Amino acid sequence: MKRPLRTIVTVPAKATRGQLITVRALAQHPMENGFRHNEIGQRIERDILTDFICLYNGIEVFRAKLHTGIAANPVIEFNTLAIESGELSFEWRDSDGLSTIASARIEVA
Amino acid sequence: MRFCLYLVLSFLIACFSHALELHQRQSSYINISPQTQAMQDDPTLNPATFWIMDGESLWAQKPSSQSPACSECHGQVITSMKGVAATFPKSVKGRLLNLDGQINHCRTTKQQQTVWPLESKALLSMSVLIANQSKGMPIVANKQPETQMALKTGEALFKQRMGQVNLSCAKCHDDRYGMRLAGSVIPQAHPTGYPIYRLEWQTVGSLQRRLRNCMNAVRAQLFEPDAPEWLHLELYLMWRARGMLIESPGVRP
Repeated sequence: MKRPLRTIVTVPAKATRGQLITVRALAQHPMENGFRHNEIGQRIERDILTDFICLYNGIEVFRAKLHTGIAANPVIEFNTLAIESGELSFEWRDSDGLSTIASARIEVA
Repeated sequence: MRFCLYLVLSFLIACFSHALELHQRQSSYINISPQTQAMQDDPTLNPATFWIMDGESLWAQKPSSQSPACSECHGQVITSMKGVAATFPKSVKGRLLNLDGQINHCRTTKQQQTVWPLESKALLSMSVLIANQSKGMPIVANKQPETQMALKTGEALFKQRMGQVNLSCAKCHDDRYGMRLAGSVIPQAHPTGYPIYRLEWQTVGSLQRRLRNCMNAVRAQLFEPDAPEWLHLELYLMWRARGMLIESPGVRP
């Protein structure tokens, strides 16, 4: 998979303090599980995302471990509390140890 | 008594009639779950958005230092490609081409490049980018005199029984739409969402790939990848869906 990955993150631009917000992160990745074979019988190398981490102003608010059973182009959606204005940063790590980072700003009033 | 018999007979005939009335047509969008519909409708949730992004990069990028990028001839994709996908397949200088064929034609003649293989990521990205510019626009019925023979062949293929299972496209998609096949609702088979993101494929695929799927399912021998039959079928399917709105990139299970 070509890196960095293409990603789409969805975070509300504005929120009130203490509001529950929905955060969504989508990454383009084949999530090749390593068990499949190509048309000439060769095993296709395993290539998966292994970790997803979301930091809110540097504090970890969400983390997920991904395995071979996850579909390609995984979408991860979770809720968190809007505490202060700042940046949410998202990191995807893959089985080669490479990572892709995306970020989004939120204004909390 | 005779009148009752007539009513029953006409009802039976209506049940088994082959033609799909124009007003009865519907996209298979209505058969999919609300979650999948949401995936299709929201670009931040539709995985095919990544292919559109890839297409945008390819659109602006020179394939080599001497060859022009797509954008150098066509300008902005949003304006120049609006409604284009709704008119394919069509005859271009005497050759019947679908959108993929037209892209590859441009690549070999205008850009002096090799063709992108069918189902390659580059070809799908470019074709989904162009198809997306027609989203919400009605499919234009092809009225070119030179395509009418191909359209007839396509219709005949649609109604031709094939494979060990001995089914034609029409047996399921004209006569039995709305019924179930192995738990899934049989759609009317209108190609409004192609190139499509199928959850089963976990990637974007072309209409030809979907047709191969059906032909494998009825255990028919596939046409050669470059056989004209694929184009004739595609032409007929687009004509059959004339006036329906393009949804590309669609999402289906």
